Amino acid sequence: MTKTPLKDYHRESETFNNRVIVATSLIFIAALAIVARLIYLQVINHQHYTTLSQENRVTLVPIAPPRGIIFDRNGVVLAQNAPSFSLEITPDEAGDVDAMLKELGELIALNERDIKRFRKEAQQKRRFEAIPLRFNLTEEEMARFAVNRYRFPGAEVVTRMTRNYPLGELAVHAIGYVGRINEKELKKLDSNYSGTTHIGKLGVEKAYENELHGAVGVEQVETTAHGRALRVLGHTAPVNGKNIYLTLDIRLQAVAESALAGKRGAVVAIDPKTGEILAFVSTPGYDPNLFVNGISSEDYRALRDSLDKPLINRALQGQYPPGSTVKPFYALAGLEYEKVKPNDSVSCRGFFTLPGVAHRYRDWKKEGHGTTNLDHAVVQSCDVYFYNLALMLGIDKMAEFMTRFGLGHKTGIDIPGEMPGVMPTPAWKRKMFKQPWYGGETVIAGIGQGYVLATPLQLATITATMANQGVEMKPHLVRAIQDPGNPNMKLQKPQQISHVPLKQENWQAVVTAMTNVVHSGRGTAYGSIGRDATYKIAGKTGTAQVTGIKQGEKYNEHATPERLRDHALFVAFAPAEAPRIAIGVIVENGGHGSSSAAPVARAMMDYYLKDLQEMGKGDQGKTAQDAGNKPQETQTPMAAPAPDTSQENSQDE
Amino acid sequence: MNQKAVPVYTRPKEQGFLTRLLRRIHVDVPLLTGLLLLSAVGLIVLYSAGGQSLAVLGRQLMRLALAFTVMLALAQVHPHHLQRWAPWLFGVGVMLLIAVLLIGDISKGARRWLDLGAIRFQPSEMMRIAVPMMVAWYLANNPLPPRPLKLILGALLTVAPAGLIAKQPDLGTSLLITSSGVFVLFLAGMRWRYIALVGGAAAALIPIAWSMLHDYQRQRVLTFLDPENDPLGTGYHIIQSKIAIGSGGFYGKGWLNGTQSYLDFIPERSTDFIFAVLSEEFGLIGILVVLAIYLFIVLRGLYIAAQAHDTFTRLLAGSLTLTFSMYIFVNIGMVTALLPVVGVPLPLISYGGTSMVTVMAAFGILMSIHTHRKLVPT
Repeated sequence: MTKTPLKDYHRESETFNNRVIVATSLIFIAALAIVARLIYLQVINHQHYTTLSQENRVTLVPIAPPRGIIFDRNGVVLAQNAPSFSLEITPDEAGDVDAMLKELGELIALNERDIKRFRKEAQQKRRFEAIPLRFNLTEEEMARFAVNRYRFPGAEVVTRMTRNYPLGELAVHAIGYVGRINEKELKKLDSNYSGTTHIGKLGVEKAYENELHGAVGVEQVETTAHGRALRVLGHTAPVNGKNIYLTLDIRLQAVAESALAGKRGAVVAIDPKTGEILAFVSTPGYDPNLFVNGISSEDYRALRDSLDKPLINRALQGQYPPGSTVKPFYALAGLEYEKVKPNDSVSCRGFFTLPGVAHRYRDWKKEGHGTTNLDHAVVQSCDVYFYNLALMLGIDKMAEFMTRFGLGHKTGIDIPGEMPGVMPTPAWKRKMFKQPWYGGETVIAGIGQGYVLATPLQLATITATMANQGVEMKPHLVRAIQDPGNPNMKLQKPQQISHVPLKQENWQAVVTAMTNVVHSGRGTAYGSIGRDATYKIAGKTGTAQVTGIKQGEKYNEHATPERLRDHALFVAFAPAEAPRIAIGVIVENGGHGSSSAAPVARAMMDYYLKDLQEMGKGDQGKTAQDAGNKPQETQTPMAAPAPDTSQENSQDE
Repeated sequence: MNQKAVPVYTRPKEQGFLTRLLRRIHVDVPLLTGLLLLSAVGLIVLYSAGGQSLAVLGRQLMRLALAFTVMLALAQVHPHHLQRWAPWLFGVGVMLLIAVLLIGDISKGARRWLDLGAIRFQPSEMMRIAVPMMVAWYLANNPLPPRPLKLILGALLTVAPAGLIAKQPDLGTSLLITSSGVFVLFLAGMRWRYIALVGGAAAALIPIAWSMLHDYQRQRVLTFLDPENDPLGTGYHIIQSKIAIGSGGFYGKGWLNGTQSYLDFIPERSTDFIFAVLSEEFGLIGILVVLAIYLFIVLRGLYIAAQAHDTFTRLLAGSLTLTFSMYIFVNIGMVTALLPVVGVPLPLISYGGTSMVTVMAAFGILMSIHTHRKLVPT
């Protein structure tokens, strides 16, 4: 390292040039490395990155399918998709959202809940996405907004299709309703629901969700990195949900609901030949439209806390002691099991005692019915006759027979939530209460009290089975399903659940007795409905105790608080000689079956058997196309066209 | 200054008016051609990357005009003046850097700007020229190759301002300034054994340097090592940039047709990541053209350095050129995920003013060095 302090220009220059050559080489190496890298990215992996870029660019936006429409059997629209107008705000364009909300509040009604929900959603969404502020704007509100629109940039009235129940409360317990999909439901749903916001929550809307929903469509949208949609690249249309025709005749339903108006109760009417449910009523009802976009907590509290319990589906879930309405069935059982003959009689002194027991089982008629045969016992609803009969049959035989008619188990109706009722047996009691069966329990089961419980649907079902000579048809609410765009409907096949072989003369004897209940001067329903009936009704009244009555105490209807009064029941079918409708009615705390329950059934039968005929055609004829081709048309119940049964009709004789 | 040198250098051939004019104003024609070509390409890419905004284009044109003016102005300054000014420029620069750390404006979490009332000024940009000038000045006064003590002091002159800049924090500029100083030492003939020694020491110091990095800087390095680890967070830039480049393919998607760019998937697409836009729309072909222009400019710069007549200008020209190439490789390396993300713009193509002026100032100095040569060394 001995160096002269003098500069050696030549050597310095040479060193420098060497270094420049080294640097140049390095630069070329770096350039080559970059080119190699680019070839790797752009040529070798080009396909891979093209795919990624495409996935980046194109977003698949699901399009919810329009939900199927629900009609009654005559094509009256019960549930449809109607435009509803909502006010939406895009924060990005709105600027000062708080000020805008304040000014908007002076034009249209905004409550705290609207604003709270809006703010919550605004935090979750991107600023250029529109957020709904108010749903269901009225015409007036829309007009007021339209005039002042220039003041509100970024605010817009948007039309959406919302589920709508044009008839409101009518048949709500059968149709059910849709509501927003909740988190629990979301976990179970697949991609077919990716565009859907609502799902069936109750009734037919829930049970037939798969049919009503349809298949999701897809829109391929070019989207920026921030999710802003630019243009539509491709489109797969959604498949509409299937339309559903119910078995209900909504006019009959309306007749029943108005007959029960102001009362708590339930009615089910069934076509005994097919099991088609013609009316399905539980009162009071409620407006299903409240639930579609989320019910307000005040509305919900009001419904939930109402003493009348409108949210309970009494027809499906209310379990009542059937009372005397079961008597004709036991009478038939007595005849079939050959424990009694039609003319065997019992002396009724107004009470009944078990051998060796002091307890008196009272008859409803204190002085007794005297000598009573089977017909008389049904017609007069003699309790003593049936206490006797029950003892002769024994609880096991009673249960066996009633179970085959449809008591004590679910009927299998096609909407969810059905209760099974109770037809007790000693085995059942041991299992439930770990207690032995007592003879007295058989006695009171003989008049439909004690452990025996039935839903109104079951009452109608066993009545229909009676009308149908022991053939039990599965009760159902959906009559036909129609594929979108196809005018032909697929009729649901009636299903037979069981068949109880009956001797014709036994059945005839009981039906005669039931007819006498209504039409004979001594019948319990003669005064209320039989006197002026122009067709033959076979029926049976019933009264079910709500509160216990002590031995020796007298029940006084007017002295009992309303909610502790007896339930009134009535079962009937008509015309007695060729039954076309079977009905079970319960009026809670209605007192006597004859006075408050029977007139409901009479009004429905009058409509179904008389008025319909007078209206021209009855329930036969016309075509499905009438209803199917105009599914959006809302018809008032009385103006509906006659129902169809033209094609592949498996119901008629 | 030494105006007599010019007529000696200029061989009176039959030349056109334009050539004579350009000579007179000390313009190096090949370099100017390369730079103009590059600027034109840059404007084309920027028009697309900036969302076809004429306003963006206008502002970039203004900056280009300013940058070329600075270049021309510096080309008129004789290298001797530069050599004389070097220590002063460096001293003032260091003081300004200290001032920045004390009273500078904060923008995007870093303290880089000095507010001088009318203009906001980034002293670190000035140091990109002042540091190689200073180190070249320091070494040029003694015989080469430099002795170890000289080397250490030269290194200190580099590391001190680089450290101040790293504190702002601005790692990209700090690294580039360090390399500009190192390039001077390398070109001055620093012995290979010292280079190996320093390289080894640097490798040993990596863990210490790691512990001194800011969190976001560490994150960048981690992201570089494994971008897919955090695809929506810090790895997003790199992944989207690779997708843009890869999907561009050989011929590109066409000008104004880059979906990654137009749909906003490329972050910083008109500034640091503009190379991704270029790759997506013009493909490998387009990149090769741009790389060729860059290489041409770099080779011309190295040629000018090799032709320089004294040690100072030689070292300065060489260092400035190598630093320019460093910009290119660091930026492209970052965008193609060969290097960690360091905030370095692509020279003359990225949108942005300050760095462009600095780059063109360096070329002004190169032109000055080339056009003020004496034919005979003193």
